[in-house]
Amino acid sequence: MPDRGIVEAYCYDGSFDGLLCCIFEAIAKKERPADIFSFDREQLSLCPPRQIETDPEKAGRVLRSIPKKISEEALSWVKEGFLSCHPRKESLILEFLRKGYKAGASVTRMLQDETVAELFKAVQFVGNETHLLKGFIRFSDRNGVLTSVIDPKNVVLPLLAQHFAERLPGEAFLIYDRTHGMALVHRPGDFRIIPAEDIEFPAESPEEAEYQALWRQFYKTIAIEGRYNPRCRMSHCPKRYWQNMTELSAIRS
Amino acid sequence: MEKLRILSDAAKYDAACTSSGVDRKSGPGGIGNSTACGICHSFAADGRCISLLKVLLSNACAYNCQYCVNRCTNDTPRATFTPRELADLTIQFYRCNYIEGLFLSSGILKNPDYTCEQMTEALRILRQEYKFYGYIHVKAIPGADPVLIARMGMLADRMSVNIELPSERSLNSLAPNKSKQAILKPMTQIRDGITENQTDIVRYRHAPKFAPAGQSTQMIIGATPESDYQILRLSEALYRKYSLKRVFFSAYMPVVESSLLPSLDTKPPLLREHRLYQADWLLRFYGFTANEILDEKTPNFNPFLDPKCNWAVHHMELFPVEVNAAPYEMLLRVPGIGVRSANRIIAARRTGSLDFDALKRIGVVLKRAQYFILCRGKQADAARLKSDNMIRAVLSDKAAKMLGYPQGEQLSLFSDPNLLTKEDIRKCLTGEL
Repeated sequence: MPDRGIVEAYCYDGSFDGLLCCIFEAIAKKERPADIFSFDREQLSLCPPRQIETDPEKAGRVLRSIPKKISEEALSWVKEGFLSCHPRKESLILEFLRKGYKAGASVTRMLQDETVAELFKAVQFVGNETHLLKGFIRFSDRNGVLTSVIDPKNVVLPLLAQHFAERLPGEAFLIYDRTHGMALVHRPGDFRIIPAEDIEFPAESPEEAEYQALWRQFYKTIAIEGRYNPRCRMSHCPKRYWQNMTELSAIRS
Repeated sequence: MEKLRILSDAAKYDAACTSSGVDRKSGPGGIGNSTACGICHSFAADGRCISLLKVLLSNACAYNCQYCVNRCTNDTPRATFTPRELADLTIQFYRCNYIEGLFLSSGILKNPDYTCEQMTEALRILRQEYKFYGYIHVKAIPGADPVLIARMGMLADRMSVNIELPSERSLNSLAPNKSKQAILKPMTQIRDGITENQTDIVRYRHAPKFAPAGQSTQMIIGATPESDYQILRLSEALYRKYSLKRVFFSAYMPVVESSLLPSLDTKPPLLREHRLYQADWLLRFYGFTANEILDEKTPNFNPFLDPKCNWAVHHMELFPVEVNAAPYEMLLRVPGIGVRSANRIIAARRTGSLDFDALKRIGVVLKRAQYFILCRGKQADAARLKSDNMIRAVLSDKAAKMLGYPQGEQLSLFSDPNLLTKEDIRKCLTGEL
């Protein structure tokens, strides 16, 4: 069957399975959708998009085919790419997989290819932001529950969950992602990610202010005045993270 | 609160704040884990990473090292943590995700053995009572009983002994209570402890681990007259003989007045420290030897060029190299190509040959590299048409300004007569002039 070329955009439910179904559709029908977007994203286009139903069976087939026909690494690119804030992540993943089915495992090394390089960059950004937040997240103690607020660009909670669950296995904690309206909730032995809007936190524990003061004190003291270098600080710790960090939220430079 | 201020203030001159080198999960009923890549939790106003709660157990010191704020003859407020206070504070900070763990050092409280026992007690509370699985870096106290140091090593992830100054003579004149022997002894013990432990682990999987993240050291730069070459040779030897994970350099900050030291208004030699770290990287990851970077004739770093560029402009006969064919070791020697870029080039070129656009997409920064490489036998246009710009491109903006280059990339048809000629600058940089 000849390639059908570019067709109308796909609209899916925003889930990972939904995206896999879009991939199923495009590959099975040998066509290139003008765009792929989730239903909650406003779209202006001349022709109405095609609604793609989410079918777990189709999604499962695509999911299993990736490690089998390409590689485990490609699968993790797809999963992490889906968490990225790249505005065209869906089309990028589709293009990447199309190339992957053709080239096999070597596709993740084809960095000279535009699509591959762009997805690689997006995946790196997700990884970098996750890594930074492993350090920059600040918990405050509220009635024995540790709470934290973040404003990440990428959807990092699924990648942070394991890390913090292993780090604080005996604590009840909550990380609220304000950008994407979701929260990671952990109780000893169990964690889940739930949708959340405007969470109201209980009051801070009385000792909390004391720890914060101690930490700010430590932060101020540990810098060597003779080596003051605000640009170096900013390149390692970008300003957009400061507002949620105990020791930096009050500093203006 | 005041205690924490005094004791973190006294600890801030320790350069190391890394939390890397060990992967460990939390155990039952415990708190914390460690990741091999290390995690930075914050960055101080001086741009240095904050990963560990860096404090002294005590700044009451029996010794009188000239360069040190905590020397016993210096009039400064003194404080001492109890082991339990220290352990509690660490756990509280850790729960809030402020830190990755503890970096504990201390002044000599009474005597080395007593100090070592107190520090070990703090570690024991953390590890055994709190079941803390996070990172602990501890300073071995030179002169303490080897049995005490061995116990400390079983509780810590990384141990370090500061070599303090780059030569024995400097050490004798500035730190009369420390001797080269006393510093090297625990270093040897830690090295042997780690190797011995590695054979144990092969035999018994659950053998307790001795300093699993290895050992490191630190020396002060610029307080004494050693050349860069001497310092680099010394760190090379330390890596080889003591299998150190890191050698840290700390630009000397004048904190006390002493006739034996540079005066109090001396600026810390930050550029020199930076060059030493660059060279240190070349030793550890780029396959360079100290003798390739510096030698008897040029014992100090070029202030205008980083050590790798400096090596490259002295070895132009080896360049340009073909990106699609050069071995990994040679790619690493191209200015502007680091370990990451070299790995990506090797991976990508197996799937198809590379041109300059492809290199850009891969993420290789061409500003400097383009003058030293060929793609499919061709030089980059910019490099071919304006080969004079090579020298400008390998200079940092700051260095270019110092040498009188115009800012920006503008080219003028008539060269400024006051400007050094390009040839002069090349000669000056390569040391011919």
